Amino acid sequence: MSVQIKTIDLEPKRQTFGHVARRLGGDKPATRYQEGTLDVQATANFHYKPLWEPEYWHYDTRKTAVVMEDWYKPLDPRQYYYATYNIARANMNQAVERNFAFVEERGLLETIGEATRAKLLTGFLPIRHLHWGSNMNMAEITQRGYGTAVTAPCIFSAGDHLGMAQIVSRIGLELDGQTGAALDAAKTAWMEDPAWQGVRRLIEDTFVERDWFQLYVAQTLGVNAVLLDMVYRHCDAAWGPSALTVAMLTEFMADWRAEDGKWSDAVVKTVAAESAENKALVSTWAKHWIDRAEEAGKPLSTALTGSPAAATTAADAARTRARALGLDL
Amino acid sequence: MAPKKLGLKQRYAHMTRGLDWETTYQPMDAVFPYDTFEGIKIKDWSAWEDPFRLTMDAYWKFQAEKERKLYAVLDAFAQNNGQTGVSDGRYVNVVKLFLTGISPEEYQAHRGFAFTGRHLRGAGPRVACQMQSLDELRHIQTQIHTISHYNKYFDGISEFPHMHDRVWYLSVPKSFFDDARTAGPFEFMIAIGFAFEYVLTNLLFVPFMSGAAYNGDMSTVTFGFSAQSDESRHMTLGIEVIKFLLEQHPDNLPIVQKWVDKWFWRGHRVLGLVAMMMDYMLPKKVMSWKEAWEIYFTEAGGSLFQDLARYGLKAPKYADVATADAEHISHQNWAVFYQYTHAAAFHTWMPDKEHLDWLSEKYPNTFDKYYRPRWEMWAEMEKQGKRFYNPSLPQLCQVCQIPMAYTEPGDPTKIAFRCSEVGGETYHFCSDGCKDIFDGEPEKYVQSWLPVHQIFQGACGGATIPDVLNYYRMNVGADNMDYVGSPDEKLWNEWHAGKAREAV
Repeated sequence: MSVQIKTIDLEPKRQTFGHVARRLGGDKPATRYQEGTLDVQATANFHYKPLWEPEYWHYDTRKTAVVMEDWYKPLDPRQYYYATYNIARANMNQAVERNFAFVEERGLLETIGEATRAKLLTGFLPIRHLHWGSNMNMAEITQRGYGTAVTAPCIFSAGDHLGMAQIVSRIGLELDGQTGAALDAAKTAWMEDPAWQGVRRLIEDTFVERDWFQLYVAQTLGVNAVLLDMVYRHCDAAWGPSALTVAMLTEFMADWRAEDGKWSDAVVKTVAAESAENKALVSTWAKHWIDRAEEAGKPLSTALTGSPAAATTAADAARTRARALGLDL
Repeated sequence: MAPKKLGLKQRYAHMTRGLDWETTYQPMDAVFPYDTFEGIKIKDWSAWEDPFRLTMDAYWKFQAEKERKLYAVLDAFAQNNGQTGVSDGRYVNVVKLFLTGISPEEYQAHRGFAFTGRHLRGAGPRVACQMQSLDELRHIQTQIHTISHYNKYFDGISEFPHMHDRVWYLSVPKSFFDDARTAGPFEFMIAIGFAFEYVLTNLLFVPFMSGAAYNGDMSTVTFGFSAQSDESRHMTLGIEVIKFLLEQHPDNLPIVQKWVDKWFWRGHRVLGLVAMMMDYMLPKKVMSWKEAWEIYFTEAGGSLFQDLARYGLKAPKYADVATADAEHISHQNWAVFYQYTHAAAFHTWMPDKEHLDWLSEKYPNTFDKYYRPRWEMWAEMEKQGKRFYNPSLPQLCQVCQIPMAYTEPGDPTKIAFRCSEVGGETYHFCSDGCKDIFDGEPEKYVQSWLPVHQIFQGACGGATIPDVLNYYRMNVGADNMDYVGSPDEKLWNEWHAGKAREAV
């Protein structure tokens, strides 16, 4: 037996909005993801050409060389809209707080030894700048891309990279007794240390990429899948006895990568599957940026682990991943 | 001596602008190609004062809490058929105007702040802009979710994105935001960050939310309360931007003044829709448009511009004209929609005697003299079965895109016309304010996609009104025309007849 509260049922005239119903193939109840995403961006009858880029409309499918019959095909398998995104991140962040508290209470970063400390300062902390660059790229795709289905998750991803840059910064502040000295040292390494210059050059080159979907591929398959995975997954040996501490403090990054990757893989796969032309373009871009990321990662891998193998391992994994998305590499 | 621990301000700087660096493998001007052409001079980006200090972990936490509460209310509203408890079926037309006319602009703001959040050279403002971009995405999505339930029962909003790109009066807010989006990053910040979100927000966002509160619309007003802390952040960003630009270089003053003048006037024109909503569409009225204008522009705006006078900034040009307009604008706008009710996606109605009396009381200088006689005449025509429809298409102002129905300053019996000639073509305007804007950037405004011109050029489905309504995806006889006799009214009456029966 179950408890049943009686409510008044009023027959609705329609289940959802017209544009949503047409996409669902009929007037059916729609999810909040669907109603908050589908056809939300304007598509027609724009008034003025941008002063800063008069060759395009501000929403213009021609800002990338790939062509989609419908930019609402590359949907987000996580079905994120603003509320579910923030709630998911707030939950992930509870673990971050617990982990930092755990490390602080036990003084796990105070006893790591000078060698590991120095390595973290110059070999790990600079990655916060790579996250910041990634934030810039995702903000760029949000403003420049086409269709809410792709662009809305990009501002979420931009927020994620800023959040991760801040988690790395907190690790730096744990290391330097909340003075900021470690962050300053890490910035000098980012700007000057040869180990980082390939990475910095690569991310600066992405800043001037005008084709927004190429930028998406460069960011997700180059920066995320090669460089971030290399540092967060394939360089544990570098941190010696502190590897577990680092892993705890970067748990967010591991969870995020698995989840964000699920989305970005789906987008790349769908766009490549649209046509032979798209597949060729996306394949070329993926190959180019994975190769570049591998080269950029080698000196860093060598500085951290004594061997370039981590860069190659991460790049090979990225290539396998790209092939699984239907790309020819 | 041990090095000093960071204060909150320095800590936040490390968490945001400390992440940024001067690029060397690519020139900074290639990485930030858009922040110089407007002529704004920034000597020192590091002088930017963060208007709020919110790291992403705190942002996620606060926003997630707010969203949990908001969606709990939205679910309860739907479960308990909250739509049957609003003040009157007419009220829902306010919600329709909001979703078709305002919500899509939240989306434009989202994309626009992503643009400034990437392309301003200073990292401090970029972070603040990105949070606003996230917030604005929140606003469009939560508004859709809030109004989704009304869409299940009421007509006129089912095709809101399609209509937003096409319907004549929706080109008024759309062109406003297209104008800001296509401007440079600094102008966007003054247009939306300062003029819209700071100077005019109490005349736009707040009247809709107060209207919802007065009229029993618990879901929309809950959205309003939930968005309030976002809006406060947006206001602090808007004021910081203008102060920063004015402090950075004296050459910025004339540029910023021109933008303030332009966006004040453009905003004032868009707000005419809100004026009409407040005076004519809310069954339970919050205050008159004129009262709102006095409190939120004349008083609050007055002290704001007094405060900004130390930078040499003057109150916006034509602020006096706008204040005088507050006596007229709602009456003239509702008259336009009354005449063109067949082409509008919300319902209109004839104000009843009690409503006319309220307007007489609120507008002692103008209503009885100029506007009440017109409503009484049209009411009489309705009674005789000759309800007045305007079968022609109106001339539109080239800048604000509103039908040319506004009157001369100082003479409410005479329609105001202004024009300029460019390249052998004559362009028409509703006011000196709109003409000035055009003359300042004619190459921009000759491009305007004017709905009436487009109809005459055959770009809107055909030559007849039914063709055009079909192009709008307007469900004729349900979405448009008077409330009286509409399916909305029929449904509303059925619900309430049911309630009355239960009460007996």
